[in-house]
Amino acid sequence: MKEITVDDVEYAARLARLELTDEEKKSMTAQVRDVLNYVAKLNELNTDDVEPTAHVLPIKNVWRPDRREESLKADDVLGMAPKTHNGMLRVPRVLE
Amino acid sequence: MRLSFSSARDIVRMVRGKEVSAKDVVEEVLDAISRIDPQVKAYLRVDEEGALKQAEEVDRRLARGEEIGSLGGLPVTLKDIFCVRGEETTCASKILVGFYSPYNATIIEKLRDNGAIFVGRTNMDEFAMGSTTENSAFGVTRNPWDLERVPGGSSGGSAAAVAAREAIVALGSDTGGSIRQPASFCGCVGIKPTYGRVSRYGLVAYASSLDQIGNFGRDVYDVAMVLRVLAGHDMKDSTSADIEAPDYAAALDEEIRELKIGIPKEYFGEGLSAEVRAAIEKAIKALESLGAITVEVSLPHTEYAIAAYYIIASAEASSNLARYDGVQYGHRTKSHRDLEEMYTKSKGEGFGAEVKRRIIMGTYALSSGYYDAYYLKALKVRTLIKRDFEEALKKVDCLITPVSPTPAFKIGEKVNDPLTMYLSDIYTISCNLAGLPGISIPCGFDSEGMPISFQLLGQPFGEGTILRIGHAYQQVTDFHKRVPPVADRAASA
Repeated sequence: MKEITVDDVEYAARLARLELTDEEKKSMTAQVRDVLNYVAKLNELNTDDVEPTAHVLPIKNVWRPDRREESLKADDVLGMAPKTHNGMLRVPRVLE
Repeated sequence: MRLSFSSARDIVRMVRGKEVSAKDVVEEVLDAISRIDPQVKAYLRVDEEGALKQAEEVDRRLARGEEIGSLGGLPVTLKDIFCVRGEETTCASKILVGFYSPYNATIIEKLRDNGAIFVGRTNMDEFAMGSTTENSAFGVTRNPWDLERVPGGSSGGSAAAVAAREAIVALGSDTGGSIRQPASFCGCVGIKPTYGRVSRYGLVAYASSLDQIGNFGRDVYDVAMVLRVLAGHDMKDSTSADIEAPDYAAALDEEIRELKIGIPKEYFGEGLSAEVRAAIEKAIKALESLGAITVEVSLPHTEYAIAAYYIIASAEASSNLARYDGVQYGHRTKSHRDLEEMYTKSKGEGFGAEVKRRIIMGTYALSSGYYDAYYLKALKVRTLIKRDFEEALKKVDCLITPVSPTPAFKIGEKVNDPLTMYLSDIYTISCNLAGLPGISIPCGFDSEGMPISFQLLGQPFGEGTILRIGHAYQQVTDFHKRVPPVADRAASA
């Protein structure tokens, strides 16, 4: 597989909505490349007939009884937000 | 009397018998923190006022003849990763500074209902990503046995506090060894229960298919006593198992004769330091002399565990940490032109280097074109690793292994070399991939005086067995009773 480049790191950072400095991009490319080169070791194993394990417990959907329960109070939840307005979360304009 | 040196078992007994008050206990622990923590720096925040209030409440209930709970009067120290209503939880990250949780983690409710008293929050690697606690945004915690060395991580503050006698018991979380490895580096006992054993409601998530809450103590009895309170089903955590938790402490004295302990040969190969190997071989002899039967077993896919783990953990982390976008809580950047820039700058300013690295690695491994090659491949290898354990555990009751290839190393030694750091997690990581319980038990010291531990890996929900073996071992050894110099000096000052 091709080695990870600064462009790939920039692309992943864009997907993750994470700002990186040029210095961070540079050092991270080298460090992530080291790790991914090591991870390539997994290709020594033939896993064609192996099912993936995302989760060790034999649990799929877990339901609770469908009844009304108390939820967190709006004031408590909004109290943590960096900016609020009239009982709502406030963010910069989304649509121009 | 030095109550901060006492076991949890003795403290609970003495408070219940009114030999000491809960307030006496808390005052002594707070005093120990004030003497020792300036050197060890295990705590991020200490809640003196709150702890004394809680202690007075326990004392009042006791005076009125009310039930105070199985942990009544016991000070419990928390890794800074649990949500407590109205209190700050930072995960040692700048992005969560100022986050005051609107609810309690389930384990907080359980501990409080059982009379535990919360004294403070301990340092950790940011969002539990790391093996040394050096990735904290708020400074480095020091190993109580040598202040120039790391305490391990990510629950390094909790392990160091218990070992340094500035906490009686402590809680942590373990995604790839984050309880067992610092327990080993600091010379205390640490257990990571089976995945699903303890509710994770209110635990800040790192890698959700691997994270598990567990606890530290200076001996196995204390760990067993607290684990019983933590364990059990919770409707609020759909991954918590509906299996009743036994009274672990009550069953500790059962014999270990005839129990079969497997020695996985892959865990004793290249890379294991000679002194660690020697200490564990001696522990194996001690367990044999107690009547346990040891047999060699094989976990053939061990060498692939780290590669699979770092893909899976990073992928899950990149998804879990997407929530820190500066909208609902946490850090929001001061200057931004639009919504997108608010996200990117808030995260860029709020997260530290290791967290950013894992977000990038995880996002990359999940991105179109790489998903099959990295993420899906890692999940398939996880199946192979899990099968290895299933095969081995058909033949034996549990496994004995090292915890870490070496004892604690120097601060700064590996911090700029993530791959080397990751490779040191080789003995603890598979346990999380397979969802098994693991415990780390002190079994010696190297020539420089640093603690060494062995690890027991049990059957799913077989915490009782590994606790029992650890307890039997501690009845014939005294490594867990040794006191690090920093605590000794503070006590005699």
